[in-house]
Amino acid sequence: MTENVLDVRNLRVEFPTRHGTLTAVDDMSLTIARGEILGVVGESGAGKSMTGMAILGLLEPPGRIAGGQIYLSGDRIDDLTEPQMQAIRGRRIGAIFQDPLTSLNPLFKVGDQLVETIRLHTGLTKTQARARALDLMREVGIPAVEERIDNYPHQFSGGMRQRIVIALALCAEPELIIADEPTTALDVSIQAQITALLKRLCRERGTAVMLVTHDMGVIAETADRVAVMYAGRLAELGAVEDVVRRPQHPYTVGLMGSIPSLRRDDVELQMIPGSMPRLGSIPAGCAFNPRCAHAGPRCRAEVPRTHGNGAACWLAQTGSTELPAAEGAKA
Amino acid sequence: MTRPILEVDALERRFDVSAPWLNRVIERKPRRTLRAVDGVDFDIMPGQTLALVGESGCGKSTIAKLVTGLHAPSSGTIRFNGDPDKMQMIFQDPFASLNPRWRVGRIVAEPLRTLRPETPEAQVTARVEELLRTVGLSAADAAKYPHEFSGGQRQRISIARALAGEPEFLVCDEPTSALDVSVQAQVLNLMKKLQREMGLTYLFISHDLSVVRHMADVIAVMYLGRIVEIQPSRDLFANPLHPYTRMLLDTIPDLDSPKRDRAPMGGEVPSPVSPPSGCSFHPRCPLAFDRCKRERPERTPRVHDSRVACFAAEESAAKETTHV
Repeated sequence: MTENVLDVRNLRVEFPTRHGTLTAVDDMSLTIARGEILGVVGESGAGKSMTGMAILGLLEPPGRIAGGQIYLSGDRIDDLTEPQMQAIRGRRIGAIFQDPLTSLNPLFKVGDQLVETIRLHTGLTKTQARARALDLMREVGIPAVEERIDNYPHQFSGGMRQRIVIALALCAEPELIIADEPTTALDVSIQAQITALLKRLCRERGTAVMLVTHDMGVIAETADRVAVMYAGRLAELGAVEDVVRRPQHPYTVGLMGSIPSLRRDDVELQMIPGSMPRLGSIPAGCAFNPRCAHAGPRCRAEVPRTHGNGAACWLAQTGSTELPAAEGAKA
Repeated sequence: MTRPILEVDALERRFDVSAPWLNRVIERKPRRTLRAVDGVDFDIMPGQTLALVGESGCGKSTIAKLVTGLHAPSSGTIRFNGDPDKMQMIFQDPFASLNPRWRVGRIVAEPLRTLRPETPEAQVTARVEELLRTVGLSAADAAKYPHEFSGGQRQRISIARALAGEPEFLVCDEPTSALDVSVQAQVLNLMKKLQREMGLTYLFISHDLSVVRHMADVIAVMYLGRIVEIQPSRDLFANPLHPYTRMLLDTIPDLDSPKRDRAPMGGEVPSPVSPPSGCSFHPRCPLAFDRCKRERPERTPRVHDSRVACFAAEESAAKETTHV
């Protein structure tokens, strides 16, 4: 058994509102091992970013962790106070967000931002920290670092800015990096550069990475395992080749089929009828049952669970129905 | 032979991005122009879909605005062989493109009331209900406000509004980029169905090659304000001619055979304010030679039956013909 850097057990995130309590993340369990990239995929509102924010302790009030535990290399972190969490965030967990422009302070030179972060977490002197900042910038592939270190964020392109954000996340050599849509704001050619960089850093440093994205293509090329979320719950978790080629959950099957292929000529894309339920009106039983062509009585009554692997689906678990997996999986 | 519905010839659009006058005088800065669209030509045949594809800043959205008349061209011509009232546009952001204070019925009826103000009110209502059903919404939705709908449903409202004036030609600027994939599939299928049933012509703008492959008959690949290659969709994917097209095809993640160990191509799109000399792709091009740095390649129809603006592609084609 490899050592798990992140171990999330039965996480539940709630938002109390005037109209009742909304459950944004419901009974979510996942693990990430050293040097592993776990993709978390889902459509907007599926709870994927919320899971990342809960791990970082950055849920916006009134959102709160209402159940479950989060362990970072064996230490429980979901019940820590804010000052204790501040000592972990940045030092043991790095974060990379979608928009590199808002992750950087526009008024400070990138070098100063790197030096400040390095000194906060390591206690190096200013000169040592600057040398380390230069190393980090080189490592994330920024050319002419000696000149670029004294530039302001607006002087960098989007791809270069995201590299700086990655360098910032690496400052304290964290065990875990949570990357929330790190390539969504970037063009495809730059996107490929950034995912390759993340992959290399993860391999070389043994960092565990949680890659949150809506883009199944990025997951297929980057992640080792993937967690598919739907309406705040885990729909399917498995090795990336299995989930992409042989999806088990009818939602994953539909999701894969709705992506236009670069090879097949389909006259029509597969469609999942309807849309994901809003958090206030998640149906009883399996959250996907009203849109599922195979739903039976049990699907409408009981919530299916995954046990760390496979699909949260009564049909897939009992094998009672042949799912049209071949079509969706383009075997 | 049928006449193209849209003919674009040597189209250019420049923007003045100079510093303010006082700065220019004090800091001795020169005037700077951005060539957003730099000599573009293409035709679209009726009932077809032409897609413009490229990375941000390549000028594809500027072309959409030029074609619909939201910008005036700096030079070149756009000829629309049809009734200008029969051209409509679908925008990327279904949240910004619908007036939040108007009911859906009024939004969808607006083109009808503007283009044919003599239509009796009862007919307008009936037409709005019909349009809403056409795009997969219900007639009762006319009484609701845009905020009551999801992103995909709002994009359906945009499509219903665009269809209200019975258009022949639709300019679609990234119509599904703001949508989740399963919703995107619904909207793309709807757009294809409407095209079949109504014989619509689309100018389809997207950065997503897999979406473009699914939708387009002809694909034009843009780089820094120019079309570097234009080919029928199938040929472009089977036999990309321009090194930039090959690079794009190479870098997009492919679900059917993920390239997990690839080395991505380096470099970035240069600033369109100061584009490189010669072929603007030469600093990133693996095939570039001296001529590419000096001269700008024009798109020639000589290479196969397609048009590509690349000296290297021309030379390899010339070799092929001498060997034969």
